Amino acid sequence: MSAGEESTLSAYRRREQSTTIAPLEEQPRAHTEAAGDGTRRELLTLNFGPHHPATHGVLRLLVTLEGEVVRDIKPIIGYVHTGIEKTAEDKSYWKVIPVVERMDYLAYYFNAMAFCSAVETLAEVEVPRRAQYLRVIHLELNRIASHLIWLGTSALDLGAVSIFLYCLRERERILDLFEMSSGQRMHTRYFQVGGVIEDIPPGFARKLRDFLKDMPKRADEYGAILNANEIVLQRLRGTGPLDADTLLALGVTGPLLRAAGNPWDLRKAEPYSSYEDFQFKIPVGTVGDNYDRFACRMAEMYESVKIIEQALDGLPGGPHITEDRKFALPPRHELATSMEALIHHFKLVTEGFRVPPGEVYYPIESPRGELGCYVRSDGSSKPARVHMRDPSFVNLQALSHMAQGGYIADMIATVAMLDPILGGIDR
Amino acid sequence: MEVRREPLPPTSAATPGVPEHVDPQALGVRELNASQLLRGGDLLGANRPAHLEAADLERYVQERTLTTTLDRAVAWARSNSFFPLSFGLACCAMEQFHAAGPRLDIARFGYEAFRASPRQADLIILAGRVSIKMAPIIRRLYDQMLEPKWAISMGACCSSMGVFNNYALVPADKFMPIDVHVPGCPPRPEALMHGVLKLRQMVQNDPDAGWRERYHARGTEEILPSPHAAAAVNVPLEGDTAGA
Repeated sequence: MSAGEESTLSAYRRREQSTTIAPLEEQPRAHTEAAGDGTRRELLTLNFGPHHPATHGVLRLLVTLEGEVVRDIKPIIGYVHTGIEKTAEDKSYWKVIPVVERMDYLAYYFNAMAFCSAVETLAEVEVPRRAQYLRVIHLELNRIASHLIWLGTSALDLGAVSIFLYCLRERERILDLFEMSSGQRMHTRYFQVGGVIEDIPPGFARKLRDFLKDMPKRADEYGAILNANEIVLQRLRGTGPLDADTLLALGVTGPLLRAAGNPWDLRKAEPYSSYEDFQFKIPVGTVGDNYDRFACRMAEMYESVKIIEQALDGLPGGPHITEDRKFALPPRHELATSMEALIHHFKLVTEGFRVPPGEVYYPIESPRGELGCYVRSDGSSKPARVHMRDPSFVNLQALSHMAQGGYIADMIATVAMLDPILGGIDR
Repeated sequence: MEVRREPLPPTSAATPGVPEHVDPQALGVRELNASQLLRGGDLLGANRPAHLEAADLERYVQERTLTTTLDRAVAWARSNSFFPLSFGLACCAMEQFHAAGPRLDIARFGYEAFRASPRQADLIILAGRVSIKMAPIIRRLYDQMLEPKWAISMGACCSSMGVFNNYALVPADKFMPIDVHVPGCPPRPEALMHGVLKLRQMVQNDPDAGWRERYHARGTEEILPSPHAAAAVNVPLEGDTAGA
C-alpha cells in the first residue's frame, strides 16, 4: 500500500487494519519500544473475548499489556449484529416495536419508548396523560431491573457471588409485574404508538406498592454488603477515572457522565412523558472513578422508586391509549357493533398507519445514557430509516481512555461499571 | 465413557466352553470371584453355581454387571450433573440467569456448576441470537468441549432466526448438532428448565448420539495443538489472521 493511499484511509480503517493476532515477533516493531537502559520492553497483545465471562456478552477486546499495565484497548464488536435497523425498514410502524425492543435487551421498555415517541412526534399523535404515567411507571421499573442485572453481574466480576442471586430475586418481582400488565416477562410490547396496549389489571397497584416498600430496604442491604467489603472498595476506589470534559468530548452520557459530576439527565433537561410532574434528584459523583459510577447507579434505584410512587399516587383517569382510531386499534367489543371500527381495525392490521413525510430524533434517558431514536418517514406505512443512538455503543469508546495506565484487573472492574450491553452496541 | 459390546471370541474345540487365549487356571479364579460377587457367597466356591460354566459365566458377568448396569449408572450420573458452559449471547441469557437464580434454582437438579472454559463443560446452552460473525466461534467452543457433550438451542433466534429472519443471523442447526430446542422469545426460565430435563431424559434413555455424524461433530475435540496433527475444525492455522 502506498503512502498516499494510506493517508486517504479513515482513522478507523487504519486501526482496523492494524489489528492482528499474529505472534508477537511477527508484529510490527511499534509493539516493542526501547527502554532507557538499553533493554527492550516487550508489549503483549492479549485477546479478551468474545467468549469470556467478564465481557457482559460477546464483546471482544484486544488489550496491549506492558507487564500488568494496560497500554491500549481495541474493542472489536459485531458479534451479535442482528440487522435490526434494516429489518425495521421492512415492517410497518407498529410491527417495528417488537424488533427494536430486542436491541438493548435489558432496557426493552426504553427502546420501545424511544421509537414510539419518535413516531408520535412525526405523526403528531397525542398521548393521554394516563398512558404517560403508566409509561413512566414501567420505564422506571425497567431502570431498576436493568440496574439490578448490572449490580449482580458486576459483583460477580469482582468476586461477590451472593449479590448476584439477591439481585435476581428482586428482578423476578419486577418481571412478575411486567408479566401482570403485559403477559410477557421480557420484550413486552407494552408501549404502542399513542399510549400503552392495555390498562394495568386489578391487583397490579397493590403488588407494585409491596415491591416499592421492599425495594429501598433491599438496596440498603446490597449497599451495606458491598460498601463494607474491603475487596470491592479496593477494586472500585480510584480505578478507571475520567473527567467530565473528556467524557463529554467522547459523547458519553448517563450514569458515567453523572459520576464525573455533570448532572446531565434528559428526564430533567428535556422532560418527556410528564417527567416534569415528579420530584426526584439526580445523583452525581465527584471524581468519576469506578466507585462513583457504582454509587450513582445505586442511588438512581432509590430515585426510581420515588418516581414510581409519585406516578402511582397521581395516576390520572382517562384512556390508556389515544382515541385516534387511525393509530390505535379499536376496543374489541366495538368490532361487533361498529362498521367503522371494523374498517379501522382492518386497515391497521393489514397496511398499518401512514406517517407524514419528515424526520425526527427523539432522545430519552435510558439506564445507560441518552438513547435516541431517529426515524425518517417517506409518507408510507413503513419507515424509510430507523436509527438508534445506543448509549452502550458511544460509551464503549471511553473504555480505552478509562483503562489505559491501570492494571488489567482494574480493566475488568471498569468494563463492569461501564455496563455495556452488546445487543445495543451491535444492533 | 463409551462401553462397547463386542462379540466374544469363538470357543475352541480343544477345551469346550473356554476361549483359546484364556489360561484355564486364571479363568477359574476370575470366574470364582465374579460368581461370588454376584451371589454374595464365600470365596471358597461352596455356593458356586453349577449351571454357569466358563464362557457362559464370563458372558453372564460381562452382560449383567459390566456393560448394562455400568452404562445405566454412568448415564444416570452424567444426566444429573451437567456442567453448562457459562455463555450468553443476548436476551435469552437473562432468562438463563433466572433459571440459575433463586426462584427456579437449577442447583436442585445438579446443573449449577457453570464453567467458564469449554474444556470443563459438557453442555452448551446457546442463549440468544447467533450472528454469522459469531457462528465459527461457537462451533469452535463446541469443538473444544470434550465428549460426551450436548447442546441446547435456547430461544427462537438460534433455532430459526426468530422475529428477525434476516441477513445477519444463522440458525445454530446449520453448523452444529443441537440436542434440544427450547422455543420462546425469550423462553421463560421454566421452559429452559423443561428443555434441560428433556435432555436429561435423552441422556438416560438413549445415550447414543450417532446422528451427530452428519455435522462432523465426532472426534472434533481439540486436544493438544501439535504441528504434526491435522487441525480440528475451525482452528486457524499458524499465521492465519483472517479471524482477527
